[in-house]
Amino acid sequence: MSATAAGLLQAGLLLLALAVGYRPLGDHMARVFSTGKHWRVEKAVYRVGRVDPDAQQHWKTYASSVLGFSAVSVVLLFLVQRLQSLLPFDFDRGPVPVGVAFNTAISFVTNTNWQSYLPEKVMGHTVQMVGLTVQNFVSAAVGLAVAIALVRGFTRAGTDRIGNFWVDLVRGTVRVLLPLAFISAVLLVALGVVMSLKSGVDVTNPDGSAGRIALAPAASQEAIKELGTNGGGIFNANSAHPLENPNGWTNLVEIYLILVIPVSLTRTFGTLVGNRRQGYVLLSVMGVIWAAMLTVIWWAESHPNGPAALLAGAGMEGKEQRFGIAGSALFANATTGTSTGAVNSMHDSFSGLGGGGTMLNMLFGEMTPGGVGTGLYSVLIMAVIAMFLAGLMVGRTPEYLGKKLGRREVTCAAIAMLAMPVVVLVGAGAALLLPSTPGALNNPGAHGLSEILYAYASASNNNGSAFAGITVTSDWFQITLGLCMLFGRFIPILAVLCLAGSLAAQKKVPETAGTLPTTGPLFATMLGGTVVLVAALTFIPALALGPIAEALA
Amino acid sequence: MKQLLKQSAAGLRVLLVLTVLTGILYPLGVWAVSRLPGLSANAEGSVIQVDGRAVGSRHIGVDPVAADPARDPWFHTRPSAGSADPLGPGDPSTSGGSNKAADNTDLVDMIRQRIDLVARREGVDPAKVPADAVTASASGLDPDIGPAYADLQVPRVARVTGVPEDRIRALVVEHTSGRDLGFVGEPAVNVLELNLAVQAASG
Repeated sequence: MSATAAGLLQAGLLLLALAVGYRPLGDHMARVFSTGKHWRVEKAVYRVGRVDPDAQQHWKTYASSVLGFSAVSVVLLFLVQRLQSLLPFDFDRGPVPVGVAFNTAISFVTNTNWQSYLPEKVMGHTVQMVGLTVQNFVSAAVGLAVAIALVRGFTRAGTDRIGNFWVDLVRGTVRVLLPLAFISAVLLVALGVVMSLKSGVDVTNPDGSAGRIALAPAASQEAIKELGTNGGGIFNANSAHPLENPNGWTNLVEIYLILVIPVSLTRTFGTLVGNRRQGYVLLSVMGVIWAAMLTVIWWAESHPNGPAALLAGAGMEGKEQRFGIAGSALFANATTGTSTGAVNSMHDSFSGLGGGGTMLNMLFGEMTPGGVGTGLYSVLIMAVIAMFLAGLMVGRTPEYLGKKLGRREVTCAAIAMLAMPVVVLVGAGAALLLPSTPGALNNPGAHGLSEILYAYASASNNNGSAFAGITVTSDWFQITLGLCMLFGRFIPILAVLCLAGSLAAQKKVPETAGTLPTTGPLFATMLGGTVVLVAALTFIPALALGPIAEALA
Repeated sequence: MKQLLKQSAAGLRVLLVLTVLTGILYPLGVWAVSRLPGLSANAEGSVIQVDGRAVGSRHIGVDPVAADPARDPWFHTRPSAGSADPLGPGDPSTSGGSNKAADNTDLVDMIRQRIDLVARREGVDPAKVPADAVTASASGLDPDIGPAYADLQVPRVARVTGVPEDRIRALVVEHTSGRDLGFVGEPAVNVLELNLAVQAASG
């Protein structure tokens, strides 16, 4: 069988598996976030936390809960890293340096999981488990909670209450992420992923030389790293490391875990708003862009471009033999179309067009299908913008899902939409002005510019993958990238919650003959067009100087 | 502001409980299950023992170094970006790729050197050297090479070890994993297992 046919079958199997999980998982999540019953373990959490699970929150209270929870998360994660030497399983790796600890704390709390450290040398197992794994769960659950709160804005009417953050957070963690992660982690071990509490194993190689192979409790973190669209590897090489991702099957399982919740959330959305076709239409837009971008990246990587790849005969620099081009392209497209940022190949060594494709996935705002929760709320924001544009064209007050999109709603949506591009372009622009920046780059020319653009796109979209040749250990990068992660995460979240509040307060507008239907191909085209157009108008100049210049050279 | 402080206090308490649940019980639960027979070998890194001695992990590729380069009995792995030499072994206590772009002249020079070194080592035309032999993997620890690179090394390994070429070729086939079900993964030859098999065959 040719590599292309095999790759297509892998993509086909992936889609089939997603289709099988779509209904049960989507409906499960809809029940989880609408039932009034609490589980016993959840009641225990509420008791210890001293929160009232039956109280409904105003959007501002909900937002304070999100911010408060995230703030203490940053502080605690920072402290856990700084106090590493007092913890078990630290292997004398010592306290994590301040800059790294600061950046990592923000990065994991914002679901970015950017790695500016060498895990095998810097992070012990306790920091990995008690610090990083926890944020892998709860940062994903925060994204999920915010998305559900926005959906409630559409489903509720005449109320100023949009749910209870603590309940959404705890249920997302306990009922959605934990069981799926546990099953997946055991499956990954069965398929060969390492799950050891040792720091390494000493071996005598066949040639007589001695060596030490790093070990880690990888499977438990790997599962939630992908499922929660987090992306921070327990090994430096991330999902390219053979003990995190040892074969073609684990590769497919990991890609599946990345996509399954964001994809199924469109079903949850359709179920909650009472019309499943509203969810299908969002999924179709995500799917078409996903497929188009996969084609671009895969094609680009299979057709060597650039002198080094041409000389070698194939674009295998930074790729693993067991995944080949197809398995690497599938993973790269999934990890950048969501907020994951795990990598099974080094995007920095991708061709101009292939690497540009991964960057463009992020610059779309990560909604193909996007991160856990963040993907759904990002695409809903674009839906609001698309309906607003349509309303301008026909001269009517736009509506979406029976809610009027007035000045306040459109302002919130515009802020949520524009935060990321502003942060990316200001951050990357400022870095370019800095005389020390060229010294931080690993590659000359247009590709060097791409490294900077990629770093800020990744941080601002809370992705966490990198054109990893760039050295980001300077204070400038640690701090500005940290700020980009914070702004890129919390400005949209606040805008989305504000939007949820103002939508929930409205009464439902009855559907009339003049209502633009949002379940058909016309709406899908408008939504897809808006996503592509906004990214194109914002980023083409920057992309032209980086990846496009490289691809055309 | 008062609201935010109140919510942060609740946040801290909830976070601590969730830490016990997801940061202690969950990973230790997975670890406990991974102790089951059938899983524990994987969980501890799929280490291969020969005569009671750990000789490596089947998932980790570390390039063997010949005592006498003129008589090199080993199949070689893909290059590792972590190595100081163009073809030298990587360090399995860490991991990573070169992150160099295809238009980076350093990478072009490096690949040219590698093509030259491999062609000379195997005594073949440089045009015959496959891409995986001269490009650094993403992890620097790639356990596999493509079947073409294994084929290229067969005559030399046979000559140096004294094992007949047919026998070596049969061992290569034995340690080549194709695509599962015909389409999952890429054809790959596990270098460590192959070298151990050749070592056993040459006595």
